[in-house]
Amino acid sequence: MRGTSLFLLSVSAALLAGSAPAFAAWQPQKPIEFVATAGPGGGTDNLARAVQNIITKYKLTEQPIVVVNKGGGSGAEGYVYGKASAGDPYKVIFGTSNAWQQPLVSKVAFNYTDLTPIAAMAQDEFLLWVKQDAPYKTAGDYLKAAASGEFKMGGAQSKDTDEVLTRMIEKTGHVKLTYIPFKSGAEAAVQLAGGHLDSHVNNPSESLGQWRGATQRPLCVFSPKRLPAGPKITATEGWSDVPTCAEQGLDIKQYEQPRTVWLPGKVTPEQAAYYVDLMKKVQATPEWKDYIEKTSQVDTFLTGAEFDKFIKEDLEHVKLVASEQGWLIK
Amino acid sequence: MDNLAELFHGFTIAVTVPHLALMAVGVLLGILVGVLPGLGAPNGVSLLLPLTFGMQPVSAIILLSSMYWGALFGGSVTSILFNIPGEPSSVATTFDGYPMARDGRPTTALATAFGSAAFGALVGVILITFLASWVAQVALAFGPPEYFAVYFLAFASFVGMGGAAPMKTVVALAIGFAVAAIGIDTVSGSVRLTMGIDELVKGVNFVVAVMGLFGIGELLVAVEEEFHARAVSSRIDWREVFRAVGRLPRHSVALLRSAAIGCWMGITPGGPTAASFMSYGIARRFSRRGRYFGTGEVEGIISPETADHAAGTSALLPMLSLGIPGSATAAVMMGGLMIWGLNPGPMLFVDQKDFVWGLIASMYVGNIVAVVLVLLTVPVFAALMRIPFVVIAPLIVIICVVGAYSVSNSYLDVVMMLGFGVVGYLFKKLFYPLAPLVLAIVIGDKAEDAFRQSMLMSKGSLGIFFANKLVTCLVVAGIALLLLPLALQLFARIFRKPNSPHTTNQEKVII
Repeated sequence: MRGTSLFLLSVSAALLAGSAPAFAAWQPQKPIEFVATAGPGGGTDNLARAVQNIITKYKLTEQPIVVVNKGGGSGAEGYVYGKASAGDPYKVIFGTSNAWQQPLVSKVAFNYTDLTPIAAMAQDEFLLWVKQDAPYKTAGDYLKAAASGEFKMGGAQSKDTDEVLTRMIEKTGHVKLTYIPFKSGAEAAVQLAGGHLDSHVNNPSESLGQWRGATQRPLCVFSPKRLPAGPKITATEGWSDVPTCAEQGLDIKQYEQPRTVWLPGKVTPEQAAYYVDLMKKVQATPEWKDYIEKTSQVDTFLTGAEFDKFIKEDLEHVKLVASEQGWLIK
Repeated sequence: MDNLAELFHGFTIAVTVPHLALMAVGVLLGILVGVLPGLGAPNGVSLLLPLTFGMQPVSAIILLSSMYWGALFGGSVTSILFNIPGEPSSVATTFDGYPMARDGRPTTALATAFGSAAFGALVGVILITFLASWVAQVALAFGPPEYFAVYFLAFASFVGMGGAAPMKTVVALAIGFAVAAIGIDTVSGSVRLTMGIDELVKGVNFVVAVMGLFGIGELLVAVEEEFHARAVSSRIDWREVFRAVGRLPRHSVALLRSAAIGCWMGITPGGPTAASFMSYGIARRFSRRGRYFGTGEVEGIISPETADHAAGTSALLPMLSLGIPGSATAAVMMGGLMIWGLNPGPMLFVDQKDFVWGLIASMYVGNIVAVVLVLLTVPVFAALMRIPFVVIAPLIVIICVVGAYSVSNSYLDVVMMLGFGVVGYLFKKLFYPLAPLVLAIVIGDKAEDAFRQSMLMSKGSLGIFFANKLVTCLVVAGIALLLLPLALQLFARIFRKPNSPHTTNQEKVII
């Protein structure tokens, strides 16, 4: 028995070695697990499943891929799992900037340094949304009205990207907002449609249907330039018609949420290189373009030093806001 | 009658050979994942999702929603036969379904459950058909205070109507709240009650809790009682399936009341779980045979099942029209919608008429397909009850262990499940009710979030719970239910009525 499996193993290894290019030092030998740090149906889950689908369709690896959801504790469950799987190159963790932001503000048992960064594959934009029939037409009007101090801003989770952005708006716009955390951006969107909130800062895909259905509209986008032109969302407007917040006098030039991919810690550089290469191949397919367009995200690919630099910068930024708010854990 | 015309158009889309075939496949797969432990409807639907990427959206949603119906029916099977609820919403079905099956009437229990579930689903779909536009507005009126009021009402109805000693219900609720608080807190973002175990940050999964409380807990009690009632001689009688369904109209009051509760809780986003619990609690209070509830009463099965399916079905409407997924399964389907390039929201009804009405029409047809298939399989499932206890008992342990592990591939969950088994056993021995504990585990954290969100909005004033008619009515009804047992006691004392001799018996049958 053992002889046979050894034989099979060496044959398959030989076959793989023959088919793969000489420089690819490492190839997966067993099924790969994609860990989505979000529940089924969330943005991170959609990304993991889209990548899985593309890899399977183009047979980018011989090994089967399964997606598991570990979204408990705002994603902490998945990262803790990644930390516990140190040295295992068959677990790929899909997350967001949560990986480095969450350990700053709550006592979770992981840090992003416990993981091996692979890439940031897409950037989700943030917009300032108000109810369709709200009287203000620009971010400037909104800030003037918000000076009353009675405004309620909704968002997903506490001390996470949405609340950080809210605090930045407060500081830049010299207003005071009451931040109300919900489980997800989708919930905040429904609450805004019902008039229970005054605004929220959802990603495009979280409020697309609501905009088209004329229950809420975006005032401005937190991006250095307007979003790329795409199909019209309402009868007259598309994403590229939304002005940037900076041009409307709310001077926050850039705020984005990267969708990140990680391996557990203590994997070899060859193993990490294999997945970087795999994700690059995924990104070159038309299906990827399709996914990016349907979810209204921005296509990016940060890896290696660039990705590290991005994390460091973002971390500095969040640290500043968090320490001003007194959120940093001791 | 615009809606009616649209519906007929929908039927022309849904009733085609490929779509009927998809429904049958979806329902069968759904029954399978519903019956298999640890593989609930959300997992099943997400496993199937990648297969639908190449399909037309209408075909894809028909396949997925049929699987959902199948899983809902399948979930009742394990609740009734093994006392292991597969979904939070089928917990209440175990209260009378399991005793009835244990008494040697598994066919009757299953057929009654399926028949009343089909009735509930039908009422839900009819409601969707006629009230599509109005329903969307009602759900929008629900902000955090209204959500809290609905949850409060569900808890209060248990204290006031549960039948157990009110203080014991309150204790069970309190333990449930503590369990629900484990993990990350939405409002403050901090980690709570993990007791140094890193993995507990994910919180306690409902499936892990109920598998232990009901599956293992019941097993421990049965072992102690020397499993005499186990060797059931249930002959498989086909005619009993139809007889049980034929007897349903006799309980038309319970059916209609439960359907009404279910639809109301489905539209106002209370959800199927709260609906089935509330319906059971109210039936226990108003049914003529209410004091026999918990021993295998027909109406004790009808009430939660009808309300569960009525709520589950009508809850699809907020998902389509507002993008609020009422359940985990609906959330997965919503993810599917986005991938197929559709966006849930009010405009779906304008832009994608074929999709929406094709789906609604398929809900009529799909539920009929599901009920036929599931009734045909009743004798097969009922035969499971004839397996002797010495075989079944280890099987239940295996089912619970595998089920708990497969929730998130974690050994910790298996340990917790066994721990809940001991808790379940103690609860039964000490006559504490399990239902409020489960209810608090399932919606306790939602109620807490809603309460604290309301407090943030009102800057700490309780006045927000009396700020408009809707929320005031809900809160007042809740408080009334809460005070009901107290008022009844006072009443009894004033008129010097001796305590009812049933009290002790009643406590014993409480699950």
